[in-house]
This record gives sequence, structure tokens and C-alpha cells, in this order.
Amino acid sequence: MNTRSHYDVVIIGAGMAGLAAGIRLAHFGREVCIFERHNAVGGLNGFYSRDGRRYDVGLHALTNYVPPGVKGTPLTKLLRQLRIDRDELALRGQVGSRIAFGPGVADLRFTNDFQMLEAEVARAFPAQIDGFRALVAAVRAHDEVSLAAAPASAREVVRRHLSDPLLEDMLFCPVMFYGSPTERDMDFSQFVILFKALFLEGFARPAEGVRRILRVLLAKYREAGGERRMKCGVRRIVLRDGRAAGVELDDGALITADHVLSSAGAPETEALLSAGGLPTPRPTAPGRLSFVETISVLDRPPAALGWAGDTIVFFSEGRRFDYVCPAAPVDVRSGVICLPNNFAYEPGEALAEGWFRVTSLARPEDWAAWPEPEYRARKQEWFGAVQASARRFLPPVPDADLAAATVATDMFTPRTITRFTGHQRGAVYGSGVKHRRGLTAAPNVYLCGTDQGFLGIVGAMLSGISMANHHILQRG
Amino acid sequence: MTKDDCKKLVLDIIADIAPDEDLTNVRPDVRLRDQLQLDSMDFLDIVMELRKRHGIEVPEADYLQLASLDSCAEYLTPKFNALPARG
Repeated sequence: MNTRSHYDVVIIGAGMAGLAAGIRLAHFGREVCIFERHNAVGGLNGFYSRDGRRYDVGLHALTNYVPPGVKGTPLTKLLRQLRIDRDELALRGQVGSRIAFGPGVADLRFTNDFQMLEAEVARAFPAQIDGFRALVAAVRAHDEVSLAAAPASAREVVRRHLSDPLLEDMLFCPVMFYGSPTERDMDFSQFVILFKALFLEGFARPAEGVRRILRVLLAKYREAGGERRMKCGVRRIVLRDGRAAGVELDDGALITADHVLSSAGAPETEALLSAGGLPTPRPTAPGRLSFVETISVLDRPPAALGWAGDTIVFFSEGRRFDYVCPAAPVDVRSGVICLPNNFAYEPGEALAEGWFRVTSLARPEDWAAWPEPEYRARKQEWFGAVQASARRFLPPVPDADLAAATVATDMFTPRTITRFTGHQRGAVYGSGVKHRRGLTAAPNVYLCGTDQGFLGIVGAMLSGISMANHHILQRG
Repeated sequence: MTKDDCKKLVLDIIADIAPDEDLTNVRPDVRLRDQLQLDSMDFLDIVMELRKRHGIEVPEADYLQLASLDSCAEYLTPKFNALPARG
């Protein structure tokens, strides 16, 4: 039982960022404790059990995947910084993914070999290939992790190189779905982080899903001497003379600390500071983008239904892609299909059941407001609409065949996300305004995680690492 | 401690920080950065592991002294020898 009342560092939230920061700090001898309100670790990338089955939340695929021997990328930096042997994560590469507009307007396939996407662009958009290559050169040359990068419109930079709006939207579709906290456009540095993570690097997944990654992180953290307290939320940051003196927990207990590292999100951390008497002069607005996800568990692998070739499909109806908070509860016109069986697992690793997941944009206000019976009814209604829309972009399967193969379903919504992660408005990618340096109104309270601005789960972990290094370890 | 002992301790640290690097033929007179893929995060880790494992402090102004194994040995060996004997 962890019962101390003082730590060198208190970390708020046991997601990827908080755990990674904790490993660094504990490894270098800091007395550190992670406080998590929920009863499970993982935050936006966790898992839950229902009827004896484990469901992943968030993670479709680990992005930033590079094969052994490739160095200097986010994944290898992360493995080194956390002293993780890459075999511990048991990552297996994707089979292949696709950007599909129409259906029937255009398809671009991509794999973990970037040449595939380049060849596909040359095939489908021959007049754009030189511009595409120039864009890729600009992406490669950009220092996206600089803590001092000036903001720039990604749309403007991309349009300098590409003149076909269809290709532009096809490239933005996966990039935005996998991490843009802003509607329509995004900061160029964030575009670069995601473009590299998705296309120049790639997708992988452990056969056990996110649990494997979390188990490795928890083991490292425990071995390094880090403590954590679950079902133990922080309700305010306690301030003295403008600095954090510690945190007050949900049960009223007071924990003192020299530093507080918060992965709760920028608006959420500002609320904790405000509750302690230190309002933030210009508060950060919560993000506007949230999602629903439908999950079908199948009695056979998706390949048995004819869905063998796709790991992830990013789809949009027609020729355009609207990445905005929808006017309806869900925007079924676009989405992301994930078939987690379609990774190159080793013999014996094949998943016991089939999985078919579809993610689409959703409006959090609706999902938050409905009383429970209506909420349930709406979930059922939209489940069907989301899946029907997505299936237009997969090889056809008769409704009756899919129904016969389905053994269980579930769906999460913006309401679920807020309930389990504390993120206001179910904002999966956090606020539209990122705080690269991780600074807050209090000099010894820092942000890490999605609102610090490195994206994806590798980005989340690197965020925790960078903030722990920069604000705490490097200061000696 | 000899300078060769010191180089071995530094190599042990690098082996733990960057297990994906081949350290069998590291040349002591060539900058580490020029023969291994080490970035500023890795150098920070060398400094922090020296402190954690051996109680050696390397102030930021002296980071350049860690450029090669030879310069590490020149700079660190006297620091090791000045440590109080461990009991």
C-alpha cells in the first residue's frame, strides 16, 4: 500500500504519457507517484473487459512502426529512453491499408513500405506525382519536434505542392483521423508528425493489443521503484505563493510534491489549478473533435468474409473530406475501419476471434445530454448506420452473413470517453491549442500527453519522456 | 581506476542506453556521434547514468568532454579517482 504523503513528483493520469514520464523519473531516482481516477491504466488507450472478452479502446494500430535496425525515429528513441527491448512489445506489421473515397472515386493503398504509397499516387494522380515528391521532401526536412516551432497552416503548405483537391483531401483524411485536434486544417508540425508516423514509418500491433504495451510500461515503472494509486483522482492542485505545493485527492487527502506533471489535458489541468485558486489568464478551449466507435466480434476472421487485404481503411463519401464536429450525433460519411486480425502475426499468435471496428466523427453534446434509456437507443440506431456506411468501402458481404458471424457488439461514444478519461467533450486528441513547452500558470506544474502536442501513442509516450527530461531531470 | 577501466564503464552505459548499437569496434579517438547513432537524448542519458551509477556529476558546460571515449577517459578518470572510497 502506498501511503506516503510527499513525493518529488506527482503525476496526474496513468495513460501512456504519465507512465512513460514515471518510468524516466523513477529510473533516475525520483520519488514519484501516479494518481489515476479510473481503476485501469491506459487513459485514451486502455482496454476493458465485458462478458469475459477484452476490448481495446483507442488503439487501432501503433503508428511510427519501423523494423529493427532503423534508428533515429520516434519509436527507437522511445525504446532507448524507456530501456525497452523491442522484442518485449512483440510488434507485428500491418498487412496493408487504404484510403478510399467514393466509393469508386479513388483508392490509394499503402503499407509499411513507403514506395507503395508513392507508386499509388503516381498511378492514380500522374499529374501530381512531382508535387507529391516535393511535399514528401518538405515533410522529411521539417523539424517537427522542435519545442519552439512557429505555427503554420498544413493546408497552405500542402497546396504549394499539390493542386488536386481530391489528392489533398485523401492525404489529410488518415492524417486528421489519427490525430488532428483541430477541424479542417492543422498545424504543419502536427501534420508532419502524423505523416511520418503513418506513411514514412508505419502500423504495427502486438497480438494482445494495447494490453501488451501497458504491461511492459507497468513492469518498467514498478521495477524502477515508481508508485501508483488507482481510483484515486486529483480534485485540485494546492498552491502556495503561486507554486504548486501538492495535490488534493478526491477523498480529501493532501499529497505534497516538488513538481506536478499532469497528463489530464490543458483545460482539465487549468481547472485543477483554478480549483486551487490560480486561474489561467487565457484558458485553453477544449477540443471539438470526438468519435464513436462500433465494435463487432466475429466467430471467424474477417478474411473468411472476404476482408483479408485491409488492416485499416480511411474512407470518405464522394470527393471531399469534412473533418469537423458534425451537426448530427454522428457523421457517417467518413470514418476509419480497423480489422485487427490483419497484421502479420507470428504462427500461433492469430487472434481467437474476428474483429471489425469502425470509428466516425461524433458530436459530444448530443451523446452527453441524452438520458440513459435514450442514450442506449441512440447507440443502437447509430451502430447500424456507422457500419452500413463503412461497409460500402469493403468487399461486399450480405447483411445476413455478417449478422450470422457476429457474436458480440459494443460501441463507445464521446460520453464513454469523458467518463473514463476525464477529457472534456470527449476530445480524443485534446485541445486545438497545443502547449509545446508544457508550461502552465504555475511554474512547477507541467503538461504532458496529448495537449503537449506529440501525437499517437508513441507521441504520447515521447511527450511524457520529453517533459520529464526537460523540466525535471535536466535541472539536476 | 585506469583510463581503460573508465572507457569500459562508459561503454557499459552506452550498451544499456542503446542496445541496438554494435559496440564491438568503437574507436576511442573518434567522436561517438560519428560512429554511433546517438542523439542529444542519449548523451543526456550518459550523463544521468554516470550520476546514478557512480555519483559523478558532469555540469552542462562540460558535456563536450564526453565526445569520444578518449576524451571521456581524460575527463572522467580523475573524477572517478577523486570519489570517496565506497565502504
